[in-house]
Amino acid sequence: MIFIFAVFLLSLLVITAIAIVRAKNLFVAVMLTSIFSLLMAANFFILDAADVALTEAAVGAGITTVIFLCALSLTDDREKPREGSRWVAFCTVGVLALLIIYATFDKPRLGDPDAPVHQHVAPWYLEKTPEYIDIPNVVTAILGSFRGYDTLGEVFVVFAACIGVLFILSVKPTKKTNQVIKKESGLRHHLIPQVVGRLLIPFIVLFGLYVQFHGEYGPGGGFQAGAIIATGVILYALLEGESSALRAIPRSVLLGMVVGGALLYGGVGVACILMGGAFLDYSVLATDPVVGQQLGILFIEAGVGMAVCGALLSIYHAFAARESFS
Amino acid sequence: MIDIILDILSWILLLLGGACVLIGGIGGLRLPNFYARIHAASLTDSMGNILIFSGIMLQAGLSLATLKLFAIMVFLLLTGPTATYALANAALLSGLKPDVGSASDEPQENKLK
Repeated sequence: MIFIFAVFLLSLLVITAIAIVRAKNLFVAVMLTSIFSLLMAANFFILDAADVALTEAAVGAGITTVIFLCALSLTDDREKPREGSRWVAFCTVGVLALLIIYATFDKPRLGDPDAPVHQHVAPWYLEKTPEYIDIPNVVTAILGSFRGYDTLGEVFVVFAACIGVLFILSVKPTKKTNQVIKKESGLRHHLIPQVVGRLLIPFIVLFGLYVQFHGEYGPGGGFQAGAIIATGVILYALLEGESSALRAIPRSVLLGMVVGGALLYGGVGVACILMGGAFLDYSVLATDPVVGQQLGILFIEAGVGMAVCGALLSIYHAFAARESFS
Repeated sequence: MIDIILDILSWILLLLGGACVLIGGIGGLRLPNFYARIHAASLTDSMGNILIFSGIMLQAGLSLATLKLFAIMVFLLLTGPTATYALANAALLSGLKPDVGSASDEPQENKLK
């Protein structure tokens, strides 16, 4: 039964991908990308990867779509007609596709217990997580503690991406554009979306906090929570207007969140060194090593959440400020 | 005994909900103009949503999952009609008039194809 469902979802995925390539209207393409991400999230969920599914749904289907739409509002929503032949691109894609299809012949069957991925470090993680860290969600244990360096790298990638986007897009709004913002932006005159939005925003932020702090027990964690909270704030910005959102959470606070999140993560690592352990070895943070591990994961997840939320909101505001500027 | 009755009831609800979603989907593809199409889509949002979620809640029984399902249902019931309203409102503001007389509102360029 689950097999039929998986095949159904995968074929929908292929259809959506072809539709994205063929769509001439970029607005349609963005919407299809969102649908693609949602289908992908369902696929991940079928494969029992609930954490990845949640990330894909929150980031891919949710916030990326909003940022794409912001980008579209700065440019044209029609694809430019392409000149010349595209046989080089076709050949490259064709050869790559054949190579990947050839590579799948060597792939072990889905769920095969003898697959290399189940023979390498995974059994050790599954076995030792209750002993060393004692939290039910092994994914969080691996991300936060066993592979803490990788997650630190990811946080710095988010940090660097945010800085890069801000360098390219950032504009200083003059006083004149400020007045324009006050007059026009937001859905102030549309009562229904505003009332429903006001009703929902607290729950969205609350759900984000739940995902953040429940990450050790269920699917979730800093990345997902940051994206969900950022979505709530962006909804607020859409309903009440740019300037109200910036008054609620100013740019300086957002940048502080990005920098502070990355610093908090690194700082936990340095604190571990100062207390006599290795970098990001949380066992020394408390007298009981297991409690120390849990404490360390709690802190670094908070850092991840802050950094992701701040970065996404800064990028959104950079786009939106550009929009009212032109 | 009560289990079987609940099971049958939940399956009836699920099938009715599925039918609503299907009708909404067909309507979204086949109806002639924009306002009629979002009217069809709203069938999926509201009736299909309520029926399917009631069906799943009956399957789940009394547990935390039921409460979560109920929360999701309320969330969808609030956001779905709001999104439909926003869509119709945006269409109206951008100059698409709800005209009963003309059957189709497809732009001329699309018709020629």
